[in-house]
Amino acid sequence: MNTPAMTVPVSALVAQPALPSPWQAMLGLLRRDLRLALRRKAEWLGAVFFFVLVAALFPLAIGPEPATLRLIGPGVLWVAALLASMLSLGRLFDADHQDGSLEQLALSVAPLPWMVSAKLLAHWLISGLPLVLLSPLLGLQFGLGGRGLGHVGAHALDRHARVVTFGCNWRGPHFGCARWRGVAVAFALAFVCAGVGVRHGCGRRADAWPRGRSACVHHVGPLARFSGAQPLGLCGGFALGAGMKREGP
Amino acid sequence: MKLFHYAAPQHFYPLAGRLWPWLALMATVLALVGLWVGFMVAPSDAQQGQAYRIIYIHVPVSWMAMVIYLAMAFWSVLGLVFNTRLSGLMTRALAPTGALLAFLSLWTGALWGKPMWGTYWVWDARLTSMLILLFLYLGYIALTSAIEDPRRSDRAGALVAVVGAVNVPIIYFSVKWWNTLHQGASVSLTQSPSMASIMLTGMLLMSLAVWLYAAAIALWRVRSMILERDSHAAWVHQLPEVLAHRAHRDWRGAA
Repeated sequence: MNTPAMTVPVSALVAQPALPSPWQAMLGLLRRDLRLALRRKAEWLGAVFFFVLVAALFPLAIGPEPATLRLIGPGVLWVAALLASMLSLGRLFDADHQDGSLEQLALSVAPLPWMVSAKLLAHWLISGLPLVLLSPLLGLQFGLGGRGLGHVGAHALDRHARVVTFGCNWRGPHFGCARWRGVAVAFALAFVCAGVGVRHGCGRRADAWPRGRSACVHHVGPLARFSGAQPLGLCGGFALGAGMKREGP
Repeated sequence: MKLFHYAAPQHFYPLAGRLWPWLALMATVLALVGLWVGFMVAPSDAQQGQAYRIIYIHVPVSWMAMVIYLAMAFWSVLGLVFNTRLSGLMTRALAPTGALLAFLSLWTGALWGKPMWGTYWVWDARLTSMLILLFLYLGYIALTSAIEDPRRSDRAGALVAVVGAVNVPIIYFSVKWWNTLHQGASVSLTQSPSMASIMLTGMLLMSLAVWLYAAAIALWRVRSMILERDSHAAWVHQLPEVLAHRAHRDWRGAA
């Protein structure tokens, strides 16, 4: 009964799944994260709501004088965006860490930096983009004009990128120590970001902004810094990957 | 006792199903007529030109945003006093529409404010209290969706709805109590109207349309909520639409 069919090796009968290219894997992960976020709206909408509420409470508490509001507006929005970014930072890796899918991602054949970049990008789209889009709108409540609004939006962008990259850097190696890491990360982030922010003069008065440096530098600066922050994020990804590889089997 | 007949979701579900298509239809017709009157028939305003026409959207939407909050407070009191199951569901079903209308009110007001006042936003008593109304709606939605147990979440939400209702008279009387940038009421029950009757007609048509829309969408939403919350109950499984859905699912599964 030596039929030809029996001489075919088993490996040819079993369908060999084609390995996904890094791009495909990244897109798949991005789509998964976005879909999960759309299903659990409360998580990221909470941070957005927090941002809007904090920005609206300041004029209520301080008073509606337009000059005062124009003075404090950029600073308030800056702090509010920073805090809102920190609020949503928890959802970057924690849920995936708890249900074990982060481990599976680390063990998968897809290159880890691509996976981490996809997660960062998804996180930015979910919790960063709404802040960026909302901050000019909230700037209107502080009587900021066209140029001030642009600054506020760019700074929100900058702020979020910074928080995410530092957050990624800090959270990565600290997965083991669950009890204090939330507080520690929050403190570290607040100080690091505040330090950097003050050094760059982000919290400066609105009317001083256009005069402080040339308008061009002002518009381009935050964007340049944002793009400069992306490699930082990738470094964070590598650090995370290395940390997990060490802990892994 | 007949009064509480429809307080059972089981009895209210078919009633809502019969009502909402008619309400939606009437809302559409009235909105079309109201917009036609407002944008085609009514003359332009002597002081504000064409920009005044935003009132055909702005005023009805703002009224309804306040009315819906009062309706939510009404259902919440009912729920807290009589412990009726439908009350919490109705409050919940009204909240998203209220939030949407409050947002639209602020948005259309900002668009009108730019040409008229020269700014999109001022921290005026009327505008601020309306913003707080929007936050109350959002806070209600956030609170009720944060608590897992439906009955506890209904109770917590009811408390927010009742306490927050204080804000509604503040919004309404803010133009009288404080010297605000926002103009006073254009329409009053006690005085003869200060605007041309054709403008008033357009505005009232739009108000009715928004009113009916809110009722239709709330009933439509509460039906889904009833199905979701009573999904374990036998009566839900005997509903023709549920049976049809299940048959369709089985058929697709087989295919």
